[in-house]
Amino acid sequence: MLQALREYFQSLLLIELFRGLGVTGRYLFRTKFTVQYPEEKAPLSPRFRGLHALRRYPNGEERCIACKLCEATCPALAITIEAAPRADGSRRTTRYEIDLFKCIFCGFCEESCPVDSIVETSVYEYHFERRGENILTKEKLLALGDQYEAEIAAARAADAPYR
Amino acid sequence: MPEIRNYTLNFGPQHPAAHGVLRLVLEMDGEVVERADPHVGLLHRGTEKLAETKPFNQSIGYMDRLDYVSMMCNEHGYVRAIEKLLGIEPPIRAQYIRTLFDEITRILNHMLWLGSHALDLGAMTLFLYCFREREDLMDCYEAVSGARMHAAYYRPGGVYRDLPDQMPRYREEATKWHSAEEIARKNEARQGSLLDFIEDFTQRFPSYIDEYETLLTDNRIWKQRTVGIGVVSPERALQLGFTGPMLRGSGIAWDLRKKQPYAAYDRVDFDIPVGQNGDCYDRYLVRIEELRQSNRIIKQCVEWLRANPGPVMIQDYKIAPPPRRTMKTDMEALIHHFKLFSEGYCPPPGEVYAAVEAPKGEFGVYLISDGANKPYRLKVRAPGFAHLAAMDEMARGHMLADVVAIIGTMDIVFGEIDR
Repeated sequence: MLQALREYFQSLLLIELFRGLGVTGRYLFRTKFTVQYPEEKAPLSPRFRGLHALRRYPNGEERCIACKLCEATCPALAITIEAAPRADGSRRTTRYEIDLFKCIFCGFCEESCPVDSIVETSVYEYHFERRGENILTKEKLLALGDQYEAEIAAARAADAPYR
Repeated sequence: MPEIRNYTLNFGPQHPAAHGVLRLVLEMDGEVVERADPHVGLLHRGTEKLAETKPFNQSIGYMDRLDYVSMMCNEHGYVRAIEKLLGIEPPIRAQYIRTLFDEITRILNHMLWLGSHALDLGAMTLFLYCFREREDLMDCYEAVSGARMHAAYYRPGGVYRDLPDQMPRYREEATKWHSAEEIARKNEARQGSLLDFIEDFTQRFPSYIDEYETLLTDNRIWKQRTVGIGVVSPERALQLGFTGPMLRGSGIAWDLRKKQPYAAYDRVDFDIPVGQNGDCYDRYLVRIEELRQSNRIIKQCVEWLRANPGPVMIQDYKIAPPPRRTMKTDMEALIHHFKLFSEGYCPPPGEVYAAVEAPKGEFGVYLISDGANKPYRLKVRAPGFAHLAAMDEMARGHMLADVVAIIGTMDIVFGEIDR
């Protein structure tokens, strides 16, 4: 009886609705947890898998030796490599292309690379304007590597103990 | 007197409450559903066929994309099938990491479910709160695997990398929105390792669940929309092949984590919540309680992982690649590395079925190997498919608006249903 009466009044006075409003009301005055992109950015771990890049050794020589392991292990078949001996006799790629439309950013290419050449950088802000720009050619990849080398090296160093 | 006829209504695939690409053909009598006919296949990507053309490991990334809100649980199902085929057992620390991340995944999934289900039924705010928690957990995903969603973290024989000792932080400089102090406050929880961050989350999380419950559990509108909607009796739930919260909501205490323990589930304490009436409201309560239980499991895993360092991958270089440092200095390791990333490994011929308790139900992988380096056949048992098949039975006789509640309560994700 008493229980029924209490339930009746709780229902009549909209108690549970006001409780709910109380929760949302408190949040109205609390500091907001929104990260205001692009002025602010969410934290990125050194393991982040973003846009690809090809790295060079400190002496400027490209690392890639055209072993084609990344091509073999790529689940999406996004990597195309052609290789030939260079003028000095060393084996190098003549063509190294990644189709970003196919790529699923699984990180297996980086995992497989025995010379740390192909890496996934922490760059995630990029876009394409014209058809065909989704193909990252060897020149573009090397340029990306040169541009972000400091970040790439720092991230690899931070993650080295775990790999 | 004009003849009154039933008319057919196309619900979706572009309907915002259709949760992706569900095309539901509803035969309506006024506002009452006479027959519901779900059409699937709009998100079919041929994952099972695709897996037949790739070495075993290369399909891990595609498992993430099946049920794309519970990524690591799908990986776990697939990886467990391979491990069963190979007859290997991952190290204990890897088992605990998997348990930890399976539960994080469960929270991620239930948060998305709760937010979108509430949004479908008219509660806007909850969606924002749920996504705040998801953000923290996705940061954990990213810290450990490098991707916020499609992790590709579990591997046959363990997990790819150990948990990081440092949690990534916000850049501590003032922006036009926040002062440096405010950002520093955001970074407080991120000062330690990933485990510290997760522990901090588990401390905060129960009070968040209380907030969701304040907003929903007693709310009269929520109750009007869910109580008595889509009732499934325990017998029918079993006959329809329900698993997960759909089955437990009907009152059957079936949970693979308890009944057929895998990973480290037999070493942690947790309870299985069970519903009584088998309606949308009970399934909501079951999922809310599962959040609390997941939180409990995570706490125990964090405690164990702190105290017990160790390998996270088996040391068999025929199956798992050697560490990079060894690979670069040791010829034999380099050969293993090349062999693994080009050819992979060849499990013995045979058939296995391995299942995990994914947030939506039993996620099973049936794998047939003919001794090659790729599966001969891969079959994915997606829980959502069986649930969606009961659409007609659950929706019949309900109003059109209740169909939205029923789709929501099934926790449908088309990635796994269409595969």
